[in-house]
Amino acid sequence: MANPKNNAPVRRREPITDTQLLMTITICIFVCMYVLALLIWGGGFKKPQMIFDILNDNAFLIIVSCGLTIVMITGSIDISVGGVTALVAMVGVMILNGNLSLYNGLITALGLSESWRIVFALITALLIGLAFGTVQGFLIAHLQIQPFIITLAGMFFARGMITIVSVDPQKATQNLMDILQKRIEIPWLGSVNKRGVLIPAKMEIGVVVALVIVVLVFFLLRKTKLGRSFYAVGGNQQSALMLGVNVRRSRFMAHLISGLLSGIAGFVFMMHTGAGNATNATAAEMNAIASSIIGGTLLTGGVGNVVGTFFGVLTLNTIKSIVTTSGLRDPWWQSITTGAMLCFFILLQSVVLMRKNRKNGKK
Amino acid sequence: MQDDIVMTMRGICKYFPGVKALDHVDFTLRRGTIHALMGENGAGKSTLIKVLTGVYPMDKGEIRIDGVDGPVVIHSPQEAQSFGISTVYQEITLCPNLTVAENMFIGRSQSRGVNWKAMEKRAGELLENLSIPARPKQQLGSCSLAVQQMVAIARAVDTECKVLILDEPTSSLDDKEVEMLFRLMRDLKARGVGIIFVTHFLEQVYAVSDQITVLRNGELVGEYLVKELPQVQLVEKMIGKDIEDLAVIKKNDPAADTHKEIFYAAKGLSSTESRPFDFHIAKGEVNGFTGLLGSGRSESVRAIFGADPVTGGSVQVNGKSTKIAKPLDAMKQGIGYLPEDRKRDGIIADLSVRDNIILALQVIRGMGHPISRAKAEAFADEYIKALNIKTASADTPIKSLSGGNQQKVIVARWLLTHPQYLILDEPTRGIDVGTKTEIQKLVLKLSEEEMSITFISSEIEEMLRTCSRLIVMRDRNTVGELTGEELTQERVMHTIAGGKD
Repeated sequence: MANPKNNAPVRRREPITDTQLLMTITICIFVCMYVLALLIWGGGFKKPQMIFDILNDNAFLIIVSCGLTIVMITGSIDISVGGVTALVAMVGVMILNGNLSLYNGLITALGLSESWRIVFALITALLIGLAFGTVQGFLIAHLQIQPFIITLAGMFFARGMITIVSVDPQKATQNLMDILQKRIEIPWLGSVNKRGVLIPAKMEIGVVVALVIVVLVFFLLRKTKLGRSFYAVGGNQQSALMLGVNVRRSRFMAHLISGLLSGIAGFVFMMHTGAGNATNATAAEMNAIASSIIGGTLLTGGVGNVVGTFFGVLTLNTIKSIVTTSGLRDPWWQSITTGAMLCFFILLQSVVLMRKNRKNGKK
Repeated sequence: MQDDIVMTMRGICKYFPGVKALDHVDFTLRRGTIHALMGENGAGKSTLIKVLTGVYPMDKGEIRIDGVDGPVVIHSPQEAQSFGISTVYQEITLCPNLTVAENMFIGRSQSRGVNWKAMEKRAGELLENLSIPARPKQQLGSCSLAVQQMVAIARAVDTECKVLILDEPTSSLDDKEVEMLFRLMRDLKARGVGIIFVTHFLEQVYAVSDQITVLRNGELVGEYLVKELPQVQLVEKMIGKDIEDLAVIKKNDPAADTHKEIFYAAKGLSSTESRPFDFHIAKGEVNGFTGLLGSGRSESVRAIFGADPVTGGSVQVNGKSTKIAKPLDAMKQGIGYLPEDRKRDGIIADLSVRDNIILALQVIRGMGHPISRAKAEAFADEYIKALNIKTASADTPIKSLSGGNQQKVIVARWLLTHPQYLILDEPTRGIDVGTKTEIQKLVLKLSEEEMSITFISSEIEEMLRTCSRLIVMRDRNTVGELTGEELTQERVMHTIAGGKD
């Protein structure tokens, strides 16, 4: 019999988890891609505003993707997020415009100023998101119904509701939009134009919201018991149960949070566009799934990170910018590159994980 | 309660509809001992464990635990844990995507937050303390199965554990890993933990245990000290000697077999589940693999049929080299296999008796050559009559038949393909005595018609009645081959026990 100490594996490097590995890959690829774009096209990519434009346009997508990442970590899926986002945006615009008599009555009764409409729109956004999250979460976690089916139903339901709220596209009144669309100017990241005038970088409020949510979700996933239970449930539901994790509650909470975040995303979307339309945020759920996957979240559950997802959104949209910059302006090129990109990342991920896990021997 | 006793179970009874799973079983666990719980399939080992961990309520009896006054009632695994009873299952019940430290602590803390530093420090101490070669920050999936098993044990031990139940922890480990696990078990034993070790590997019991409790058919056979119970006696106690009242069947003359032509021969055949072995069978021969449950007898025949991925070895059929990589290859060579797990690998529950019968023949003929309805009906009727299958009609779904009749349908399925070699893995398990005899008679009849048959059964009596040659396996290795005069129950048991007295 050998001395027990001899059997201990001698490894110098700190062990890295699948989650960390996939996130690192995403960030590296994003950086490489951006540097490459800088070298080839320079111009627009040199200005920080390029990044800010992507962020401004996709703040809602970042928020939606955060929710989807959580859901995907538990091994579930939520495809209602795009519909909920669009529904919330539509309802928000209607509240701002005073088209909903309930809110008009409230504001008159309480003697509040017009800008309070924004607060009511926000509260309503949160409530709609919570409602979708609660119902879907309950059906999935407690009645054990397939998440795909439930959230597919949720998606149709939300899209249908938009038309019930308003058949025609709506545009928010300018005076309130002026408040919502205030941009934060960052002079030190600005650039000087041809006439030598400094144009500061501009960032929308929605981006701040999105960044705060990324940080909050990061801490939720990393530092709380609930967050870790998402990973446990996604890793092996049966084992998680045996280890004393409240599996039902975890699955419920994941969908609840996803619903809530879609509500917030809807509000941010409204802040950005100021428009309510049945075709708003079309395919946002698919873009969010793509971003999460590119960011290193596995559809099979248990692996994923919200920082990766953030870079996933950036990567996806930087590629789209690159495609446009390189002269392929027809919209289908963006779809084709997105598809190719997704394939590339999934291939890369499975190859890397296979190599990593083969090294560790059996099964 | 005596000082050194941590847990006693007295007069435990557990009934399932129609079955006495446990009948007045006693079990005593002493502090700082490893106590093996032994028994063949259906002996009641897992039922006893499940009663102790609160998975099943017991119908009668009492459990006492050191430090608790009076008998305790355990309702759930969580409650068992609060009494200091922890279980580590055969299948690893941890999350492979989490780190080692997380797996040891998740689901146990009361606070809402996770303090990674404190958790990893505590895990590191525990792992070092138990000499487990894993690091807290390592992802569990990157550890070998043995280390994962040990992490599960570390988790169990950390919860103020008095009784540690290891339910077949070694079944997916290799020799070296088993040794690592044993070291940990001895270490825990030295710390005063009482360990219940459930396994079916004899060698391992003798390598690590202090005491053995043997169960058979839900009854207590006895409790013994390992050093006072030779292996052969243990095997006897596990298998029992009760000879069933079966019709005496005439056995064919073993001497006649030696001159016959070899139908199938394998050299160094191995699969993902079985170790390399040599094997051959002559035309018209009936031979068998014997050994305790888990000895590798089923895995060996599965390798012959290509039911598990074959990893090496050479095969000759009728003197010609051939390759059998998957069941269809074997079927094309005229080999049929009746699987051990009838429900999972055998019957297609919702299909009719007729469809179940023609299945294998249809597969051999291929999709392009369907069997006509009239022919299928003729085949089905022929075999329902020939094998005396009791079914309302050939259209009845097979799931509504009794176990014995289902088994006959599967036999019919293979006979219809007119195989030259038929492997029957536990064809008589869970079926009534009458049908058992019928199947045994059928085996001998088929062998007279020059069909080669390999027969596996947990009942040695049955094997002795039908087989002219027995290959004995123990702990996944072939340990002997018995023919002619050697075919006696004593001799078989001695060989299973490794010839030690």
